[in-house]
Amino acid sequence: MFAYYLDLALRSLKRNPALTALMIVTIGFGVAASMTTWSVFRAVSGDPIPQKSAELFVPQIDNWGPSGHAPGSKSTQPPDAMDYTDAIALMRAHRAKYQSAMYQIADSVMPKHLNQSLTMVAGEAVSSEFFPMFDVPFEYGTGWSAADDANRAHVVVLSGKLNATLFGGRDSVGKVLTFGHRDYRMVGVTRDWNPQPVFYDVVNTGGFSEMAGGIFMPFTTAIAAHQGANGTTNCQQPPAESGFKGLLKSECVWISFMVQLDGAAAVRDYHQFLVNYAATQQQAGRFTWAPNVRLRGLMDWLDFQHVVPPDTKISLYVALGLLLVCLVNVMGLLLAKFMRRGGEIGVRRALGASRRQIYAQFLTEAGMVGLAGGVLGLGLTALGVAGIGLVMPRDIAALAHFNASLLFATLIVAIVATMLAGLYPTLRAAAVQPAWQLKSN
Amino acid sequence: MLKMTHLSKVYRTEVVETYALRDFNIDVKEGEFVVVMGPSGSGKTTFLTIAGLLESFTGGEYLLDGVDVSNLGDNTRSKIRNEKIGFVFQSFNLIPDLNVHDNVEVPLRYRGMKSAERQQRIQDSLERVGLASRMKHYPAELSGGQQQRVAIARALAGSPRLLLADEPTGNLDTQMARGVMELLEEIHRGGATIVMVTHDPELAARAQRSVHIIDGQAVDITEEPRFHAPPHAAGAAADTGTA
Repeated sequence: MFAYYLDLALRSLKRNPALTALMIVTIGFGVAASMTTWSVFRAVSGDPIPQKSAELFVPQIDNWGPSGHAPGSKSTQPPDAMDYTDAIALMRAHRAKYQSAMYQIADSVMPKHLNQSLTMVAGEAVSSEFFPMFDVPFEYGTGWSAADDANRAHVVVLSGKLNATLFGGRDSVGKVLTFGHRDYRMVGVTRDWNPQPVFYDVVNTGGFSEMAGGIFMPFTTAIAAHQGANGTTNCQQPPAESGFKGLLKSECVWISFMVQLDGAAAVRDYHQFLVNYAATQQQAGRFTWAPNVRLRGLMDWLDFQHVVPPDTKISLYVALGLLLVCLVNVMGLLLAKFMRRGGEIGVRRALGASRRQIYAQFLTEAGMVGLAGGVLGLGLTALGVAGIGLVMPRDIAALAHFNASLLFATLIVAIVATMLAGLYPTLRAAAVQPAWQLKSN
Repeated sequence: MLKMTHLSKVYRTEVVETYALRDFNIDVKEGEFVVVMGPSGSGKTTFLTIAGLLESFTGGEYLLDGVDVSNLGDNTRSKIRNEKIGFVFQSFNLIPDLNVHDNVEVPLRYRGMKSAERQQRIQDSLERVGLASRMKHYPAELSGGQQQRVAIARALAGSPRLLLADEPTGNLDTQMARGVMELLEEIHRGGATIVMVTHDPELAARAQRSVHIIDGQAVDITEEPRFHAPPHAAGAAADTGTA
């Protein structure tokens, strides 16, 4: 029967091409607006490391106390980042399966040839456990070892993208790179690893950065080299000493920290460890307030940090509202179209069609309108995604891609939405009383 | 074949109850050709729509082919309509977007019949009404008489045991009306039970039996066997031939 319903739907749609075109265009635009903004929303709000996000946590320690909170605020949130003292203490305690203190670095890479220009590179100072903790894939070589951390070895890992820029994508492991004023030996090259949002260092990257993650070096090496922080540094009070050493001794917060904890027991234990650590700081007189710590899961952390830009959400809501308006209009058009066919419905019912069959026939017709609207919506969505950079920040717009999943989702949304819009008109059509229709004829 | 006992149909609004049928009784035997007459608004069409399971009734009993149809669900009623009942309407009620072939095919589609059998039945029924050559024509391209013949072919295609006709000649001129009537008589001779509503006394005179409905009640029933009675009633019909 489905083939019969398809045939009837085609005939019906061909009968009034202007009305059919109006419905298809309405759906096409509504779906395209929604799917374009959704593609951006999906890119910025998705789980950047789905296979592991449930095991990744961000510890926070309140090293500022109540006076560090905004005046009049009821918030007791610890600072978003850590100072050097706490970061080093947590690294040394090594209570998690993996842990890494991190801060953003940036410097120039010296050219090997005179005809090459300086390349500004942003990266991250991390521990050796960063790579296994985040399942970083390698094209060449590997990450460095814990011994390299301890020895402050001059080693780096390059992103595949930077390796392509500097070395034409060839295996550069073992070569020496001049970053800033120092030489570093390359031990690994990552393979297409540039997660967005930059979940491992939201505080310093703001969440999205095309530049981030070009180069990785040991945290200890970067500290020893006085490699300055390229991200956000917040201080409750000015450091007592000037310069990088002053920063290390201060209560200024500028270091991101993440741990991998496998299982609820490990999470409980680590939280208790944080409480105990803060308590020892209180006993030592560094903190004059009760322990105030947090341990947030990665996705909670991204939500807490408002990584998804508010305008992205607003755009999505506006677009969904537009889709709703479009669907209400399509519902009205379908209702008018179906109810004009009361006579046909009466005849079909008299000749043996059940209400369910009438329902199926008209729902098929609504579905075909949705399919056609979806096909138009595909083209418009592709245009929308290509042009999203005109209305959204470049870093955000670059994340939106027209791929197979968006194509599939666009078609499904168009068909399902139109069939939902067709439910009421179809119900009304199936409820036509054949006796009244035939009497009135 | 069709038996209604103390049947009633009431249309209710907030302030008034209107009886379309009241204590209505009729018994149509298998193979009969019964004409239903009466003034406008007397309840003829209401009777026909209830008989065709297009409308429910308020009280009483209705046995169709021996089955009490009072409490049947929509699917079962639709199946009975599709398999046992054929309809012919005054205004033909062909679907304008479908050609003759596709119009006749409609009831067969709902029966879930295989394509080859559908084609055969469409061919046979259109040949029977003399319109096999007009299969690809659309209703608008046919005369009123031809459209009514298509409607009859559509009703015949499903081989119904009961044919309900609501003033089938009401929109036709005399010559076309006579042609349609002759076709109905031929179908009746083939064994079908026919119940026809009409205002036309001349047509009524050609039926086996007339039932008069006045104010929702069957008040006058006459039995006058005609020449076109089916074979099992041929003995009675032989004496009373009229044109």
